[in-house]
Amino acid sequence: MTAASSTGADARTEVPLKRRLKRAERARQIRALALILPLLLFLLFTFAGPIAGMLWRSVDDREVRRVLPQTVAALANWDGKDLPDEKAYAALASDILAARASGTIAIAAKRLNYALNGFRTILTSTARNLKAEPEPGTAREALGKINPAWRERITWTTIKDASGPMTGFYLLSALDLTRNVDGAIVAAPPDQAIYRNVFARTFIISLSVTALCLILGFPVAYLLATLPAGRSNLLMIFVLLPFWTSLLVRTCAWIVLLQSKGVVNDSLLWLGIIDEPLRLIYNRFGVCVAMTHVLLPFMILPLYSSMKAISPAYMRAAASLGAPPATAFLRIYLPQTLPGIGAGSLLVFILALGYYITPALVGGAADQMISYFIALYTTETANWGLASASGAVLLLATVLLALVYGKLVQGQQVTGGMKN
Amino acid sequence: MEAGMVTPAPALVRFSGIQKTYDGEFLVVKNLDLDIRRGEFITLLGPSGSGKTTTLMMLAGFEVPTHGEIYLADRPIKNVPPHKRDIGMVFQNYALFPHLTIAENIAFPLSVRNTNKAETQERVKAALRMIKMETLAQRRPGQLSGGQQQRVALARALVFNPQLVLMDEPLGALDKRLREQMQLEIKQLHETMGITVVYVTHDQSEALTMSDRIAVFNDGIVQQIDRPDALYEHPVNSFVAHFIGENNVLAGTVETIEKEYCRVALAGGGVVTARAINVSGAGASTSLSVRPERIAIVSDRTSSEGPNRLPAKVQNTIYLGDHALAVLDVAGNREFMVKLQPGARDNLRPGESVVVTFRPEDCLALDPV
Repeated sequence: MTAASSTGADARTEVPLKRRLKRAERARQIRALALILPLLLFLLFTFAGPIAGMLWRSVDDREVRRVLPQTVAALANWDGKDLPDEKAYAALASDILAARASGTIAIAAKRLNYALNGFRTILTSTARNLKAEPEPGTAREALGKINPAWRERITWTTIKDASGPMTGFYLLSALDLTRNVDGAIVAAPPDQAIYRNVFARTFIISLSVTALCLILGFPVAYLLATLPAGRSNLLMIFVLLPFWTSLLVRTCAWIVLLQSKGVVNDSLLWLGIIDEPLRLIYNRFGVCVAMTHVLLPFMILPLYSSMKAISPAYMRAAASLGAPPATAFLRIYLPQTLPGIGAGSLLVFILALGYYITPALVGGAADQMISYFIALYTTETANWGLASASGAVLLLATVLLALVYGKLVQGQQVTGGMKN
Repeated sequence: MEAGMVTPAPALVRFSGIQKTYDGEFLVVKNLDLDIRRGEFITLLGPSGSGKTTTLMMLAGFEVPTHGEIYLADRPIKNVPPHKRDIGMVFQNYALFPHLTIAENIAFPLSVRNTNKAETQERVKAALRMIKMETLAQRRPGQLSGGQQQRVALARALVFNPQLVLMDEPLGALDKRLREQMQLEIKQLHETMGITVVYVTHDQSEALTMSDRIAVFNDGIVQQIDRPDALYEHPVNSFVAHFIGENNVLAGTVETIEKEYCRVALAGGGVVTARAINVSGAGASTSLSVRPERIAIVSDRTSSEGPNRLPAKVQNTIYLGDHALAVLDVAGNREFMVKLQPGARDNLRPGESVVVTFRPEDCLALDPV
């Protein structure tokens, strides 16, 4: 009787029940959203916004368009096969005169000079020597007389390439690529091709630091996870100690330790192990040592948490089943720490990729990583396009890595099973 | 107490004068001497902290005895690392390797012994057949139920034919029905495979169901080692009497001892005849132990004289399905249990005065608690 009436009620209220559930859930969802809203807004303004801005800047190209509007319009339909027609010359002359009057010629000159070395001179000399708008029909001759570069096709293709509003120029530059006079993508001339090298260096340093952190951090994390609580807590304080000191201080401490008259060299000299000071700093060695020291906790903590979750019963079980300690470690313990190794390595690697202060302070000229060049372009040469493009390439590499890692971890979870 | 049995099989394991302390002050195991025979199912039974798990861990090799020696097949093994002892072990939480499949888990002890592929496959298959889980070979431990995981743990501990299998409260995490089913399965495995099993539990009914012999541990000392029925019928002291099965305790003083029997004056009044099992002599205080099913309730008015008749007051009755218990107040023990025959419960009213009676041979005079 009661059962029959209750199932009847169920059937009648099935749809309203779903709606009621949704309503009940909605209140909770709104509350949850309200809780994360401040952080969301903060991130939007301080993180997502700037990154979007940076990505935009890496393809934004409106300087030439702004300064030389008529030239850009005149070149719009130019096929680039031959020199442009008289109209384009006239437009350029008119643009240059206008730009000189408004003082904006340097903006276009700077942008065009990135693409073609010496363009700054071409433009400023033309601006200086062009007294008045040439007679109709003589613009080509007049400009060619002021600077023969105007008779070159590449001068014009450079302007056309830079006429925006968007460009792949900066991104190509960041990968040591450029467009030749015919618009094909080719390798940049050797004197400008430094970025692949810098990216490779950045990845090599980051990889070395990650490997060092893993080698040094794994035993510490193991101790942390297996020691009795009291001693483990003490050790944990030592691991976390670096976080209480500023990054700058820690890096400078390494300078004190490693310089040629530093503590390490003096001790080695005094002990008679070496005859003259070793070069320990302002080279790759110093960079790796200092960065490893700074990043070590980021490796230890994820390792520790993954090891803490491994029951000691597994190792006992392995031993009781006949596995010697080394086999038990390799086949039972290590595979279960893989998520921790992955998380720690990814964290350290990504942090290392963007490292700036430490290599800048303890590295030599050949040890500067991509962030150094980004900072250089942003603050020194104000080449924001190239800075943004380098950042975008770095971001892309990092995102790809994170995606790969995500796939690996997902695979681990599917195959790894759960805790008992 | 083993009179009439066939000659005991030779000892496979011998604990000789074993002591164990963790902190250098308190002995967890005090002077343990214990023989485990080849092919027997022996249970180490005791409350937590009694030293039974420590004993097992010393046998497995995860703990080192502070003093004494353990012999496995006449070979001292105190300094043999666990992986060289050839002892299979089933852990409390199964300890199945979560990153390996069921088949890989079972193959693990074979692969660390470099067994060739074909034989490994064959034996894993046989082991899976034994636990009736052939279809789940490619699952991960996390995808199995507790009972299934337990079966896999068993198969893994048996697949390499160890000379000894240890089980550390393997059924503790299972619910009652499953536990009882697994008890029978383990017992069956033991009988068909002829292996030697050392089983640790704190559950006395589990120990009674499965064991050939039970070693009752308390305070780091083996109180008694015997067959389950002997432990139940002939406990040597109050601890064993109390730990194995239900038990009523009556405190008293020994008046006289006559051969196997003694007369005991109860603290709560009355005199009974009991078997003198563990009493030092006349005048000594003692605890009497009587099982609930060995007691009869007779009407107050029936005045047939006999030994061991004590006045009692009914407190209440407890219905337990297959039987019922009467809780009585007897000689100062307000929780004196009597097992009732079906239907007898209806005649008892709380507050009613009755008389309980039991045979002298069912009443054991033991050490005072």
